[in-house]
Amino acid sequence: MSSADTATEADTPAEPEAPRDERREALLARLQAELGSDLVGSHIRAGDDLWVRVTRDAWPTAAEITHRRLKYSFFDFLSGLDWLPSPFGRDMDSQEDILVHGQEAKEPPAMAQGYAGGETRFQVFARVYSLTEHMGITLKADLPDDDLSVGTWSGTYAGANWHERECWEMFGFHFVGHPQLAHLYLPGGFEGNPLRKDFPLLARRVKPWPGIVDVEPMPGGAGDDEEGGE
Amino acid sequence: MTALSDREQLTSLANQAADSRVNLEFETEGMTLNMGPQHPATHGTLRILVKLDGEQVISADPMPGYMHRGYEKLCEVRTYPQVTTLVNRIDWLGSFANEVPWILAAEKLMGIEAPPRAQYIRTILFELSRMANVSLFLGDLGIQLGGITVGFYAFRDREHVLNQIEAVTGGRFHPNFDRIGGLKDDLPKGWIAETKKAMEKMRAFCDEVEDLLFGNEIFQKRTRGIGLIPPHVAQSYGLSGANIRGSGVDWDLRRDACPPGLVYDKADWKVWTHPDCDSFSRSWIRLQETREATKIVDQLLDSIPSGPIMAKVPRIIKVPEGEAYVATENPLGEMGYYLVSKGDLNPFRVKIRSASFNNVSIVPWVCKGVYVPDVITILASLYFILGDIDR
Amino acid sequence: MTGLLAAAPVLAGLDPPYWVETLIKVGVVALLIPTTALILGIVFLFKVMSWMQSRLGPQEAGPKGLLQLLADGVKFIQKQDIVPDAADRFVFKVAPMVVLISTFLLYVIIPGSPNVVVESLDTGVFFALAMSSLSVIGILMAGWASANKYALMSGIRAAGQLIAYELPMVLAVVGVVIQAGTLNLNGIIAAQADFKIGPVPFPFFILTQAPMFLVFLAAAQAELTQPPFDMPVAESELVGGYQVEYSGFRFLFFFMGEFATAFAFAAIASVLFLGGWSIPFVTYDAADPNNFYHSWVFWLIGPAVLFTKIMLVSFLIFWFRFTYPRLREDQLQKICWKYLIPICLVWVSVTAIAKVVM
Repeated sequence: MSSADTATEADTPAEPEAPRDERREALLARLQAELGSDLVGSHIRAGDDLWVRVTRDAWPTAAEITHRRLKYSFFDFLSGLDWLPSPFGRDMDSQEDILVHGQEAKEPPAMAQGYAGGETRFQVFARVYSLTEHMGITLKADLPDDDLSVGTWSGTYAGANWHERECWEMFGFHFVGHPQLAHLYLPGGFEGNPLRKDFPLLARRVKPWPGIVDVEPMPGGAGDDEEGGE
Repeated sequence: MTALSDREQLTSLANQAADSRVNLEFETEGMTLNMGPQHPATHGTLRILVKLDGEQVISADPMPGYMHRGYEKLCEVRTYPQVTTLVNRIDWLGSFANEVPWILAAEKLMGIEAPPRAQYIRTILFELSRMANVSLFLGDLGIQLGGITVGFYAFRDREHVLNQIEAVTGGRFHPNFDRIGGLKDDLPKGWIAETKKAMEKMRAFCDEVEDLLFGNEIFQKRTRGIGLIPPHVAQSYGLSGANIRGSGVDWDLRRDACPPGLVYDKADWKVWTHPDCDSFSRSWIRLQETREATKIVDQLLDSIPSGPIMAKVPRIIKVPEGEAYVATENPLGEMGYYLVSKGDLNPFRVKIRSASFNNVSIVPWVCKGVYVPDVITILASLYFILGDIDR
Repeated sequence: MTGLLAAAPVLAGLDPPYWVETLIKVGVVALLIPTTALILGIVFLFKVMSWMQSRLGPQEAGPKGLLQLLADGVKFIQKQDIVPDAADRFVFKVAPMVVLISTFLLYVIIPGSPNVVVESLDTGVFFALAMSSLSVIGILMAGWASANKYALMSGIRAAGQLIAYELPMVLAVVGVVIQAGTLNLNGIIAAQADFKIGPVPFPFFILTQAPMFLVFLAAAQAELTQPPFDMPVAESELVGGYQVEYSGFRFLFFFMGEFATAFAFAAIASVLFLGGWSIPFVTYDAADPNNFYHSWVFWLIGPAVLFTKIMLVSFLIFWFRFTYPRLREDQLQKICWKYLIPICLVWVSVTAIAKVVM
């Protein structure tokens, strides 16, 4: 289905990959120089953002570098990514396949990591910002399935403390050196890591969300012929 | 020098005082006080575990989560337009402002831009929700400090703004009005004139609050020099909005990194900062911001262009594959969505970066060594909405 | 002149036995306390406050909602009287009575006219100050016995605050006492009605004791634990403080105690500084039985005059209450020791010197 190219009447250039972003390229070059071979992937969207992927061992070092050397001292957030396609099917997309396109639900696509690449199912990612340059860096690091531990940022960016606690309970990442990895949101005895893709959202499993098709005709009955699923 | 050592330097005096009093002078045992989950100062269900020595706070540990609704998970099974209904409820006092960065993030990945008129109306509504939010802060500040009259004035004058929001969107609290590619509806008739009158009232309200509260000597005594947050600490905790500007950092996303889709550059306004880093400066900046917001609205109302309010968007919205982070300067601070799309109807992953979460995470640091009444002023001046912490 | 009864024209000849007289006096005071609390509550808490805060206030019960407080009182009485499990039951239950008794005893000495007074003590001012400080014990008892950390902190705060503010209150009164030359409240009023500097009459002591009046008001505000001195109650910090565990009629006692004491303090302030029942420029002569102040009519006019003055002072007290934010305890103590007490001491000396010289 072609959805990306439908809205091109706006006068702004839709996806101008051509223009180069020299400031971000210079920033990436500096990061490259500081991190060396620990920087394993990068992506620049011109005029918008910079993505950088580092090795897991270099994760705390990367924070030191962005904070001390590059003076990207504003801590935005830290969280996790789970690239596993949902084992519970494609939900509304499969409904759309059947109802709109009249075909059987497509298989979910294979696992694919986002910008700056990746090899593992789980990634930890964080964003720091410079209040003088007005640019941000999104850092990512791969975490292998058998050892979801990574060094803590809380010594460098104090605000990472809570974000790591949240990430710990939501994804099950272990942050080595974190002063107090305790539950933040979830009750103490909670089992499972809710933001992982294989953690079922029970409400949705029990009763499917009406999604793109209207639930039922409006009481007046006028809406039937107009909106109802065909 | 690490952030930890900075922190130790700054609170060392207070800590030593607290420690020595506990351990040496009287050999007293501290008292643990549970502030919340139901406590007037936590406006919502935030629990703060405070360890006290007499009236002095040895440690304060916020425990959020009583209202966690799992929006990040819920977003993954909703279509893009449906998500606005959810994110409306994050910061429920300035709901429209929550929708905007979400819509902008989706628009960025889709490569759509709303028509100019929609951008103007969006910005106006954004500022109106800022006023609705911050005017309640000003009232709440008074209530927390025992001056309840200001609270009633705030509720009275906030009504003017809410009426205007309601007139456009049909909702006072949860407008759910922003759409990918524009807005749901155009402005109703006579709205511009009405809004200008409401802005006059808001300015009068600001003057009133400034006289009644900020000019009050007791208020100044209670807030000046209390809850000091130096700029570098504020940055490393990711404080944003008035909290970081109250620490003297001149940074406002509206001016410095305004995402396309909002027209703050079309208005002439000022970003206020205050060098004092204390509770007073944070509160004072919010007052000034309310004034600036009325100015922005006034100017944008004058120059609002005509034209459509909706760009051409497909009926079934699918966002192309990609990642984007869009943040705006919300009433509480930087509010952003990190959106990962796989080209489906639903977002693949949404990380909600809410301002209050970072703003409150500094509480254990800043509340060390202060007195119990100061905890209240510090919490009030940091200004959090529970939905914004717990998401 | 010994009491209301003895003065009442109908009963003048009866000369009832001592215990009947006492019983009736108790009855009068016991009636006065809820009545005055009701009046202040309705007028200031409901009407003036809502007017200042630009809202309507209660509108449903009675004409313009005037009976709202009565309805609230009935509601409180109907509520269950809950005592926390861990509470010290006896102390917990007694504490509101102690607070109310302190208020009760304050009412005894307030004169409504030369003759209309429950008990005209020669040590009137002294008695009033002593009785007003009784309420600290009640509050401390409530705070301790509630077995609640907020209540405990509140009790300690209250003790520190109320005891500290006894001092400026006493000193503020000392100036008046020196100027009047008597501790008897009727005597003080008489002294005000007569007071002249040269040929110019100065009917109110507030003209000569203005700083003391302000200090007295501030101290009264602190004794009442009202904003800006309401740290013991501080609903945004201590969630109501020592009242937090109380419900039903015991809470009502605290509530009544607060407003009735406000009335009593306003009465004492108007007696000491505003001439009590005296009308400006109407001279008072204790010896002359034909003096206007001794006429039967004045038995009604006197209390009315006093009541007007009380309402004026109460308005000030509640005006401050609705306007100011709350101080912190250390700031409160600082104000007391560094400002109020020195002001009092200076003014007491000034008054004393003036008294000797003039």
